[in-house]
Amino acid sequence: MEKGSTLIYDGTLDGFFTLVFAVFEQKLKVTAIYTEAGVQQDFFSEPEIVISDTEKAQRVKAGMEKYISAKGRRALYFSFLSEQAGIELLMLQYLQQAFKKENFSETDFGNPVVLKITQVAKMVSREKHRMEAFVRFMLTKDQIYFAQIMPDFNVLPLILPHFESRYADQKWMIYDLNRKYGLYYDLQTTRYMTLDLSDDLREGKNGTFFDPAEIEFQQLWQQYFKSTNIKSRKNMKLHLQHVPKRYWKLLTEKSALPN
Amino acid sequence: MSFERIKEKLDILADAAKYDISCSSSGSKRANKNKGLGNSDGVGICHSYTEDGRCVSLLKILLTNHCIFDCAYCVTRKSNDIKRAAFKVQEVVDLTMNFYRRNYIEGLFLSSGIFNSPDHTMERLVSVAKKLRLEENFNGYIHLKSIPGASDELMREAGLYADRLSVNIEIPTISGLKLLAPDKKHEDFIKPMEAVREGIVQYQNEKKLIKSTPKYAPAGQSTQMIVGATGESDRDVMYSAAYYYKKFNMKRVYYSGYIPVANDSRLPALGSPVPILRENRLYQTDWLLRFYGFDIRELLNEQHQNLDLDIDPKLSWALRNRDMFPLDINRADRQLIARVPGIGMKSVHKITEARKYRKLNWEHLKRIGVALNRAKYFITCDSGDWEKRDLSTEQVKGLIMQNSVSKFRKDTGTQLSLFS
Repeated sequence: MEKGSTLIYDGTLDGFFTLVFAVFEQKLKVTAIYTEAGVQQDFFSEPEIVISDTEKAQRVKAGMEKYISAKGRRALYFSFLSEQAGIELLMLQYLQQAFKKENFSETDFGNPVVLKITQVAKMVSREKHRMEAFVRFMLTKDQIYFAQIMPDFNVLPLILPHFESRYADQKWMIYDLNRKYGLYYDLQTTRYMTLDLSDDLREGKNGTFFDPAEIEFQQLWQQYFKSTNIKSRKNMKLHLQHVPKRYWKLLTEKSALPN
Repeated sequence: MSFERIKEKLDILADAAKYDISCSSSGSKRANKNKGLGNSDGVGICHSYTEDGRCVSLLKILLTNHCIFDCAYCVTRKSNDIKRAAFKVQEVVDLTMNFYRRNYIEGLFLSSGIFNSPDHTMERLVSVAKKLRLEENFNGYIHLKSIPGASDELMREAGLYADRLSVNIEIPTISGLKLLAPDKKHEDFIKPMEAVREGIVQYQNEKKLIKSTPKYAPAGQSTQMIVGATGESDRDVMYSAAYYYKKFNMKRVYYSGYIPVANDSRLPALGSPVPILRENRLYQTDWLLRFYGFDIRELLNEQHQNLDLDIDPKLSWALRNRDMFPLDINRADRQLIARVPGIGMKSVHKITEARKYRKLNWEHLKRIGVALNRAKYFITCDSGDWEKRDLSTEQVKGLIMQNSVSKFRKDTGTQLSLFS
């Protein structure tokens, strides 16, 4: 059997497109793709490292615009943000089929690669929607609405437009604790940023950090959440299905209030 | 403001508002204007879910639970000995703004007990919405209750600030209404619906000519019916629903299994279980009407006045119409595929797209997400392996139920009958 190559890239979208360019240019047969951070020891093949190159990435993007519909490109982008093991290889197969042009369609759900990418994209889109719902802002003393999230997938870039157009008249910040970066909107534009968060703040315990009325509104919200529940219709299974436990920690109405 | 007092009011007035089940925040398009607060992009968001599994999308409260009416089914009826409270207009505005800014909610759902007169009440509801829109530049979602008996002028004004208006018909039959809400007349419910319907049509027509015509109730209107309070049949309920969908162009009709809130000989006793399964079957039927192309007379009629509790209404229909099956999944019209038990509209879409490129077999269908345990008795595909036995309707039903789990199984008791 012909031995395929293992490729390593820097984890960025441009890095991945550069990799795709290399695969086409050198007619590589790829068996595994890893990011620098997530590389696995593979004893059978010497990994090759792909260096990000904007120009090459651009050429792949131009090809995608030509051969793949906006819907298909969106599904690919969403899949990429899933950060799932092996997703790059699947995306590569998708692109290889699309660039061959014969009989390829992003609605050919009988094609396992197309179906899988569609399904992964759907998962990411669900998480995007969830984060648009589950973000809980807390007002800080300097009048910034501050929220922390721990999403399953890297959805910050996807939720940016939603929050930017909705909360246009308040400063806000959404920080991804898992991936250690966030969004900050300063009434003009939204920027990506990183923070050094103290543990205190992370648990919302730092009383000096928040507006004095903040805790009152959290309590009002908890009261509302309690009063609007109908006890005789209790259905915990459905409740958990909609609000899985892993999200509780950062939901004001599901977690104990800080003192 | 005094947070303690507000908290107390919130407890009373959210508790009293929770029997209104609509929490939808979808279907409206309202852009964020002049860098104000909020928008609706047509897709609703459920920000949380209570322990009963219901979505929390809007701050749903009554302005007051003082009421001059004495409707037997209602927790705020005047003869009920409960704590009463009332919000000031500004208090509702402040709560809405502060909850919205923290991303707790999509907007406000404001209803009220009727104090003084219907017009007096409606006017107060409208003033909350007006204040939010004009003074606070709030572009989030607003759902206002149409108060039965309110004047056409007020309903016209309400639609200029609200995304959705609703009036709850509550009792599906006129005789039931007479029995349980003798103070209310059927016409009182119909009049505001009619005013809103006319408003929507008028503004839509003007919009075609003048682009700057303001929005009027862009998310339309909805209504709610209580089920299980007056012994009405499922046919009564769904024929009423179909009527309101058609006549008033309703966006939604909600079905609310009656929750006993009073000891009254006209009603199920306190502590009677909420008919949750029946409610679920009514919603399934509603979906079949709105998305699957069914006519209500196919699902409920003289011979079939109530929905089966042990199987869903589509399966029930399919079992009564077995001469239409099996369908060839690779050739049948999309409208027909939508009628196959176990195939939802998302799968219908995937199937009709996918079959353009190749013939689909069981493996394809399974991966697409079709519930084959039900569908396999009603379809053929690119495989010689399909159900060839000449099964009776009872046998098909038995086989399907044997191989499926229903969250309601305990309520219908069919599990037991398998062993008896």
